[in-house]
Amino acid sequence: MQISARQSEGWVILDLTGDIDLAHSPAMRKILLVEIKEKHTAKVFLNLKNVRYIDSSGIASLVEGLKASRDSGSRMILYGLSPSVREVMELSRLQKIFEIYENEEQALSS
Amino acid sequence: MRDPKTESWPSNEAAQPRAELLLRLQLESNPEALCLVRATLQRASEVMHFQESDSRAIVRSVDEALTNVFRHAYAGRRGLPIEVTCRRLWSGTGDTAPHGLEILLEDSGVAVDPEKLRGRSLEEVRPGGLGLHFIRQSMDVVEFSRKNGKNLLRMVKYLAPSKPEEKLEGE
Repeated sequence: MQISARQSEGWVILDLTGDIDLAHSPAMRKILLVEIKEKHTAKVFLNLKNVRYIDSSGIASLVEGLKASRDSGSRMILYGLSPSVREVMELSRLQKIFEIYENEEQALSS
Repeated sequence: MRDPKTESWPSNEAAQPRAELLLRLQLESNPEALCLVRATLQRASEVMHFQESDSRAIVRSVDEALTNVFRHAYAGRRGLPIEVTCRRLWSGTGDTAPHGLEILLEDSGVAVDPEKLRGRSLEEVRPGGLGLHFIRQSMDVVEFSRKNGKNLLRMVKYLAPSKPEEKLEGE
């Protein structure tokens, strides 16, 4: 998995590419929590367009990020979910607790 | 002498469908191996003509089961043995195509706490505890057992539409 960041004042877009599984979710978790807890970024966007697979450890990291963002008064926003990622979200019944948008344009204008 | 390519599940042999070895993977506990196992299972399920959503269910279940072995049975220790055996299931001698895929995972880790096998309520929003829920939602049969110091997990996915065995829940 690869993670790159595009940032501007008050927000960051984390572009994730590849599979988020047990081998890679710790790296995503770390970057996410640094943005939210240490940098206090107001809006953290996760671009999941190029994520082919996410497992329960990846979902757990997203939940952790969401909780941290709620605690710090920031927003964590997901967009570009593939059918596979959306399926896992539905299985975990967590799709309603996350802020999810179809694409980057919709996410940025939210 | 039994043909090693048509091994049957050891318990209740007469009642079990005929099983034909498809592939056997011997790995070591290492999260980096997960992507290789997923790719292998993806291809195996395609060869068996599972629908796309069922292929994803099989891949997801094996990935989550291996993750549980790494994290719980082996407590995050690397280099310990895991075996994944896949067999095609045939319901009768006259079949022209298999009716399901049986996957057996074996590890030599600590015994799994039966309490943890029940999973957790999804009403509670917190990290962790989702893997087993994903497996139970994705597969038609999920059976845990322990034999000769090994944890065994047997999972079956049937090719739609026939489901001759009842789904086992809450073991």
